[in-house]
Amino acid sequence: MQNILIIGATSAIAEATAQQFAAKGHRFYLLARNEERLKTIASDLLVRGASAVETALFDANDTVNHRTVLEKAKATIGSFDIVLIAHGTLGNQKECETDPELALKELQTNALSTISLLTHTANIMEQQHHGTIAVISSVAGDRGRPSNYVYGTAKAAVTTFCEGLRARLHKSGVHVLTIKPGMVETPMTEGISAPDILLAKPEQIASDIVNAIEKKKDVLYTPWFWKYIMTAIIHIPNTIFKKSSL
Amino acid sequence: MNMSGWGKYPEIEAQVLTPSTEKALQNIIRTGSADGVTPRGLGRSYGDSSLGKLMVKTLRLNHMLSFEPQSGLLHCQSGVSLAEILEVFVPRGWFLPVTPGTKQVTVGGAIASDIHGKNHHIDGCFCDHVDFLDLLTGSGEILRCSPHEQAQLFHATCGGIGLTGIILSAAIRLKPIQSAYIDQVTSKSANLRESFELFEKQAEQPYSVAWIDCISSGDKLGRSLLMTGKHAEHGALAAHHNPGLSIPLDLPSFILNPYSIKAFNTLYYHKARQRETRATVHYDPFFYPLDGIGHWNRMYGKNGFTQYQFVIPKEAGLQAMDLILRTIVNSKKGSFLAVLKAFGKENRNLLSFPMEGYTLALDFKIEPDLFPLLDRLDAMVLDHGGRLYLTKDARMNAETFRKCYPKWEEFQSIRQQYGARHTFLSMQSQRLGLD
Repeated sequence: MQNILIIGATSAIAEATAQQFAAKGHRFYLLARNEERLKTIASDLLVRGASAVETALFDANDTVNHRTVLEKAKATIGSFDIVLIAHGTLGNQKECETDPELALKELQTNALSTISLLTHTANIMEQQHHGTIAVISSVAGDRGRPSNYVYGTAKAAVTTFCEGLRARLHKSGVHVLTIKPGMVETPMTEGISAPDILLAKPEQIASDIVNAIEKKKDVLYTPWFWKYIMTAIIHIPNTIFKKSSL
Repeated sequence: MNMSGWGKYPEIEAQVLTPSTEKALQNIIRTGSADGVTPRGLGRSYGDSSLGKLMVKTLRLNHMLSFEPQSGLLHCQSGVSLAEILEVFVPRGWFLPVTPGTKQVTVGGAIASDIHGKNHHIDGCFCDHVDFLDLLTGSGEILRCSPHEQAQLFHATCGGIGLTGIILSAAIRLKPIQSAYIDQVTSKSANLRESFELFEKQAEQPYSVAWIDCISSGDKLGRSLLMTGKHAEHGALAAHHNPGLSIPLDLPSFILNPYSIKAFNTLYYHKARQRETRATVHYDPFFYPLDGIGHWNRMYGKNGFTQYQFVIPKEAGLQAMDLILRTIVNSKKGSFLAVLKAFGKENRNLLSFPMEGYTLALDFKIEPDLFPLLDRLDAMVLDHGGRLYLTKDARMNAETFRKCYPKWEEFQSIRQQYGARHTFLSMQSQRLGLD
């Protein structure tokens, strides 16, 4: 049995991942904003086999309280074997282009709050000398594309931060997994039209995540073919790239 | 977004919403829509039961709410699939009380279709194992319905094809098993009479179904492989794995032609060499042989197909089935998926399909001269006091529906009473006069 802390536990990918971990009898501490949904998810995980589920309300943008929240979680479940950081928003790129305040808010939610959480989590886990921190970044962070470069900027920051943190924590035996999902059918992407074949189900992403955590992978592209799509996109020269509307 | 049922016929341009919470769903209903709302789960009904201009998918209401390990009572939200229930509960020694030929259906869909399985002759329909359900009605309120509470609404909702409201959650009685395996006996019959006799002889077997050859005529008309099974006492409690094989694109429709179908049927029939063969198989191939091939519906090409399923009352029995099967065989349009099954007694649900007798289900590729044939079959089915399955239907007319389901007026008045009329609609309901 492992102790799993999930931050942003009501996100579709986090929930699907928790369901798969529940089947293995693990124990959970869930953080999210919506109390009612947390309650439903908690009962679901218990029926699916979780040995215990604790929940607490939490707002990612309330960075001042991050330390208290995480210490309380640690005190409740003892140690963190797996921490999954999954909160986030997919803001409106067009609106961010006219309103810098909005762009900064997106960066706050998707990058700064994550960096704050990662810093506290890293310090706790460095002391316990084991465990995995899994962070949901995105393929969007691999290159700044006109269609969503604000979100992409935030995710690029998370990816780079994780890369450095992985190297820092390596000697203390703590592992860091950067998760880069492609397009996933979740409430966050509702209304975005994408060909069926590119749109993955949260369950698919979840089994890749569970697998990558078990195998201590460093970076996970999920579904796998995004690794090749992004490699291609990264290699388009800027002279051509700047003319695209990707 | 372009939407269709499992048969890929018909199609509709629809707005599709997938609310994450019951509250969000409630808001959609309260806001309403002039075109009505059509509930949808995994979209495994074949025709247009789950199609409408505004479709509401329940797939994010996929939480299990409670489980009583003493009684096996599982309370879960309607978007939980039967596959998920098996994954979670088979390892703990529980199985679905009733399951259709695919595990990729939601609990909500199973109730709305009042699905039947290979054990109908003994255990009845899915809803006969539902203790209660929570229904979101047209006014936006949530009513708990059971055989004892809002009983009328319960019996209208079970088999009510999503037209009484949106099922939010249900409590289902799972059944205990010792093993994930099935002791299977396959018996060969030379013709339709023998197939019927085999069903009579095997009536005490918990599960039974026959795969019937719909191509061979003359003395071989109705030859079949009858498969019976019971839960094994030994073997691991291992859940299924997800399929690796999938048909990625619509195949060209000429792939299925009278020759390829005949070849398949002959091969299938001769697969069983002896008159009777025994094997112990996992529940997955026993109950869900086609789930092993993802998107098998693409096999029929982009025009799609329809599955024709009817039931003939026991009294009409062999003679009626012989007549109808002969018509199908002579049409040379039948597919290799013809399934024959004996049903037990019918239940009290107003639009539930099964009645005591025999049911036959087979696929037809959509082609221009198909519908006149199906209209002829409808007339024969009605003539013998039978009915058609709404979950498979894409084309029957309102008059046929009313003859099939004489309790339709009671169904309509319950819909009226609970504010479902003009609120919960589908392409099918509008075709059938259930507005």
